[in-house]
Amino acid sequence: MLNNTLNQNLFKKNVELKATRDGFGEGLVIEAEKNESIVVLSADLEESTRVLSFAQKFPERFWEVGVAEQALVTIASGMANYGKIPFATSFAAFSPGRNWEQIRTTIALNNVPVKIVGSHSGIDVGEDGATHQVLEDIALMRTLPNMDVLVPCDYEEAKKAVGVAAKSLRPTYIRLTRSKSPVITTPNTPFETGKINVVWEDTDSKATLVACGPLVYEALVAAQKLKKDGITVRVVACHSVSPLDEQALIHEAKISGAMVTIEDHQVSGGLGGAVAELLVRNLPIPIEFVGVYGRFGQSGNSSELKKEYGLNADEIIRRTKMVLARRMQ
Amino acid sequence: MKDNAKLKEIACDLRKEVIKMLESAGSGHAAGSLGMADIFACLYFSILHHDPENPHWEDRDRLLLSNGHIAPLLYAALSYAGYFPQEKLKSLRKFGSFLQGHPERERLRGVEITSGPLGSGLAQACGIAAVAKREGRRFRVFCVTSDGEHQEGNHWEAVLFAAKYKLGNLTAFVDSNNIQISGKTSDVMPLEPLLGKYQAFSWNALVIDGHDISQILNSVKQARLVYDKPTVIIAKTTPGKGVSFMEDNYLWHGKAPNKNEAKAALRELEEVCRDVK
Repeated sequence: MLNNTLNQNLFKKNVELKATRDGFGEGLVIEAEKNESIVVLSADLEESTRVLSFAQKFPERFWEVGVAEQALVTIASGMANYGKIPFATSFAAFSPGRNWEQIRTTIALNNVPVKIVGSHSGIDVGEDGATHQVLEDIALMRTLPNMDVLVPCDYEEAKKAVGVAAKSLRPTYIRLTRSKSPVITTPNTPFETGKINVVWEDTDSKATLVACGPLVYEALVAAQKLKKDGITVRVVACHSVSPLDEQALIHEAKISGAMVTIEDHQVSGGLGGAVAELLVRNLPIPIEFVGVYGRFGQSGNSSELKKEYGLNADEIIRRTKMVLARRMQ
Repeated sequence: MKDNAKLKEIACDLRKEVIKMLESAGSGHAAGSLGMADIFACLYFSILHHDPENPHWEDRDRLLLSNGHIAPLLYAALSYAGYFPQEKLKSLRKFGSFLQGHPERERLRGVEITSGPLGSGLAQACGIAAVAKREGRRFRVFCVTSDGEHQEGNHWEAVLFAAKYKLGNLTAFVDSNNIQISGKTSDVMPLEPLLGKYQAFSWNALVIDGHDISQILNSVKQARLVYDKPTVIIAKTTPGKGVSFMEDNYLWHGKAPNKNEAKAALRELEEVCRDVK
């Protein structure tokens, strides 16, 4: 059953749809009013990454670096070195896709509080095709020491992620998405780095579904359908891929005994990889992975692609049944 | 502020330290470290407003070393300036030392940025200069770059940015020594005309003899007079300067002298130093 801090209307047909990038853009203006250290850099994508209203409201704190993602993060590194909290914004395919070494050396190793914001992540990008559908960015970022990795599941969480990142002196990656998706959390839902949210729980659950990004919604839809079939599960929203909420995830493994990880990312190296690494060391249980299996994306609309690549409730249900079969053995 | 002869003497001492450090480490980059010694002597003992007792002083001038492989020279200069005791210099590249093979900001006060991977220093200098300029801060940002790292796209992205935002508080040095790890820069990837390139990118650009103390100091004075453009000082230097068998030989770019070579090098440098004094 649904956690009571969540939007209780989320299963209704008229559920509000908003993109995580919009939550980010709005959160940025709210935080910037409170925190004068915030500056924003854009690589010619201020409209798409939703930093336009910040740029208009705070022109003296906005920097247009041009189509130059290596400069984007290295200039941001200098600004953070000076004492600013820079949000370096672009599409995730280019940042951290193109400029990973600069992020590694001048931000993570240098240990300066740059906030790398990668919008348009995952297969969700749709029509632009494989070049723009980055499915490897979580892997790139979560292996870096010092780097926090936040993957908000909806508009509200994206808004909160800005505040959490702005208050932290650690390098941070925030992963955002293009399309509108159901607003499933509320201003009252907790959001902390290093913490999970249990968003759906039933007694005697046979598996825990661990998801990040807008696919948390699909996980909830899957949980509801599974319940109708007499299979009870728990659903965890894991917005903090690094650091992971290790204690809570080990607890989940203990109480449910099986897991399914869900992400709009390659199955290698992302959330699934992180959870598997943790549980293999602590409490090995059967895990199934919902994600992209070693393929590049392609053009199409977001829902066609999610069907083709197995990133929807049906696939989550199928994988859950698979993991349950393994659990029975 | 020291007079020119004193700066020349300091440069000589820095070169000797570089040789000793590299010999003790058994690896590292000799040629560029020796070639830039005059400029580092000028920077740390005449040009920069800095305070080794208060390395995080907000209004200090910043010196960002982009080509981090000449770390031995940076460390020698920092140590001579009083950032840490000279007896630590021999711990270069050794386990547990704060003198890492390439400089790390988190490990040593006075090191402004972590560097080594080439082409990213100027952009970081731009980041500092840009926000400082908008806030009306008076300090200046200096960035030391190599000619070889001008092959990196990241560097030219920063060149564009600095011109766009008219970063008159930013001064870059180019160690124009025409060597890099696998050969002459003019063979590996020609850069010339570098002066013309910077001018075309709307920078104030100067060429100097990077071993001539007056030219070094004057070029920085000229940079201070230009408010609406960043300045690049293309310093013609001799890689391996002061050690005859290293001079102009790219094989010494990424190499450290062995015991005998260090002995011979120090003998030569002693002579040069005597002449300076």
